[in-house]
Amino acid sequence: MFQAFLIKYGEIGVKGKNRYVFEDALVARMKQVLYHVDGTFQITKEQGRIYVEAEGAFDYEETVASLQRVFGIVGICPVVLVEDRGFEELSRDVMEYMHRMYEGVTKTFKVHTRRANKHYPMDSMEVNAELGGRILEQFPGLKVDVHAPDILLQIELRSHICIYSEVIPGPGGMPLGTNGRSMLLLSGGIDSPVAGYMVAKRGVYIDATYFHAPPYTSERAKEKVVDLAKKVARYTGPIRLHVVNFTDIQMYIYDRCPHDELTIIMRRYMMRIAQQIAEDTGCLALITGESIGQVASQTVPSLVATNDVCTLPVFRPLIAFDKEDIVSVAKKIDTYEISILPFEDCCTTFVAKHPVTKPQVERIRRSEQALSEKIEDMVKEALDTREVIQVR
Amino acid sequence: MEAYLDNSATTRCMECVTDKMVRVMREDYGNPSSLHARGVEAEHYIKEAKAFFAENLKVSEKEIYFTSGGTESNNLAVIGTALANQRAGKHLITTDFEHPSVLNAMKYLEGQGFRVTYLPVDRDGIVSLQALQEALCPETILVSVMYVNNEVGAVQPIREIARILKAQEKKILFHVDAIQAYGKYRIHPGREGIDLLSVSGHKIHGPKGIGLLYVQEKVKIRPILFGGEQQKGLRSGTENVPGIAGIAEAARACYVELDEKVDRLYRLKDRFTEGIRKQDQTVINGRTGRDSAAHIVSVSFAGVRSEVLLHALEEKEIYVSAGSACSSNKPAVSRTLKAMGVEKELLGSTLRFSFSFETTEEEIDHCLGALNDLLPMLRRYVRR
Repeated sequence: MFQAFLIKYGEIGVKGKNRYVFEDALVARMKQVLYHVDGTFQITKEQGRIYVEAEGAFDYEETVASLQRVFGIVGICPVVLVEDRGFEELSRDVMEYMHRMYEGVTKTFKVHTRRANKHYPMDSMEVNAELGGRILEQFPGLKVDVHAPDILLQIELRSHICIYSEVIPGPGGMPLGTNGRSMLLLSGGIDSPVAGYMVAKRGVYIDATYFHAPPYTSERAKEKVVDLAKKVARYTGPIRLHVVNFTDIQMYIYDRCPHDELTIIMRRYMMRIAQQIAEDTGCLALITGESIGQVASQTVPSLVATNDVCTLPVFRPLIAFDKEDIVSVAKKIDTYEISILPFEDCCTTFVAKHPVTKPQVERIRRSEQALSEKIEDMVKEALDTREVIQVR
Repeated sequence: MEAYLDNSATTRCMECVTDKMVRVMREDYGNPSSLHARGVEAEHYIKEAKAFFAENLKVSEKEIYFTSGGTESNNLAVIGTALANQRAGKHLITTDFEHPSVLNAMKYLEGQGFRVTYLPVDRDGIVSLQALQEALCPETILVSVMYVNNEVGAVQPIREIARILKAQEKKILFHVDAIQAYGKYRIHPGREGIDLLSVSGHKIHGPKGIGLLYVQEKVKIRPILFGGEQQKGLRSGTENVPGIAGIAEAARACYVELDEKVDRLYRLKDRFTEGIRKQDQTVINGRTGRDSAAHIVSVSFAGVRSEVLLHALEEKEIYVSAGSACSSNKPAVSRTLKAMGVEKELLGSTLRFSFSFETTEEEIDHCLGALNDLLPMLRRYVRR
């Protein structure tokens, strides 16, 4: 029955003179996601509102699901759009709407009118009262409750008239592209896809780096990361995935450094490499899925030791999350099932049985001096030979 | 150079097979149940295939049924006979190391009120006949044992088992999963006392998605799929004519000059096992030489994780399996090896190398050479 949606957006509304930047980004992203949905859509901006109108037949469920993945949207309202042909016609349309939506139900309701068209002959209170009265007459199951109604029937009087009562929640956040681009360190685990999603939700485009260590990690482990990136890309738009071969560096560290520091030193090199790619490709920050205390390499001293090599800011949106909270977001964005597939990632292969949990930065730096002979060339080699996969 | 040594997972389809299948799909594509000429044409391929298998197995054409593959053949054999014969008793016997398509069918039947005895195997992966004797009881209606084990290549004493079963007062059905054996052995169910025999297409250079089940004429069996009552109602569903033509063509090609090809395969296997014996800290699981199947070798490499070695070999275009491929997407420990009493530390360090008639000496040598290079390196980098 619906041919149109009214899109509600949150924080953008308060953005002052830059507001159009945010609105345009939102509309652009909406166009992008709707491009893949069956149907032809018209997206219009009008007086602080965005409307999506479908021309002819379209896939309702898919449209809603796609819009629910557009950051910046807080609500998607399926609306009935009608021309202003006088109050009697409007009343007929409203009654028909109520029949279709709420025939036979027992609920409370309230009519809320917004009179954006200041030339409308009745004021909003009159419209509320008149429509409310007629609904009460025709729907014996409905009662008025002006404080906490089950059904909030909204009538917006503009150049045309909008009737709706349903608000489907959107993801919130800020439209993509309003906050530059950042580099996500993506592993095959549960956390990093969630971290990418969360930062993207603040309007940041995402690229990703994955460290591959054949033969210790398999081709399937890489496939898994690509599949994860695809899931995340449904929210974040296309992701450039940089696949870095890390095996030689890992072995070199294994040969030359104390074993209990292996993971920390490895992670420092991962940060350095990701940072270099970030700088080369115009990313402004790094993103990791780290969370305090989750594993030995994520204790606060370990995070300090890892962070020591970073000059770009590192966003760690999950830093204070418990695992179960992370899992629930992972389930929501549909990455969980992929993340728990059992493939090795390169961090676990050589992990010491008893890694340091309180590394001292000074000591780690000294340990790394043992690598000075070849490491720079190896890092360069890793950067040069990286594979770039366009994930969309 | 590429070396595909994972032929127990699947084999490459032979060209004569694909040619024939393409012809069936593009030209003789009728439904064998149709009354018109196109249908008759298609039915012809099925008759031809049945005639071939009847001759090859020395059984009657009526006793051949085509299925969607090894799993369905095993399921149908085990579940179909158990359900049809449950009034005679509800006890079934199988082994510890059967393929999941038998084991999980047994598990299902346990849920349906059947009792199942799982026979143990010895160090060589061979089932104990004494344990079988002891397990038999008046309630026993079915024994299911595989011909050649898919993980270590152990050949089971099928004739002896049949003899034991025959000596019982009551008829006990004998199902043999011959999926790894067919195409390498001449199998004659009638002579060997086998009542049901499972065969799969893609293990013999035929297509995937096709298998067959031999069911001795007098065996009472119920269908597990219901529909248009094709294949005398035992296996409903439009016959997979290209698959049927394909499996028959593949089997025919396998059995041409079989003895020569098998001899050659044993020589390849010996070459491989000799090479493996020169490696330190390396154990071949089960028997070797003529006491085992010609195409499967299971090797444990102490101190190396099997997946790592597998992927290292993969980088050199050598393809093998860790454990058995059918369940290797869940890194579970091999049931077979566990049943054989292989040491715990070696369970996760075991690879299966499996050959085919297409395997060459060069491939074997390439693989041995690669192991020589890789093992010392991989053993150096381990978790400490």
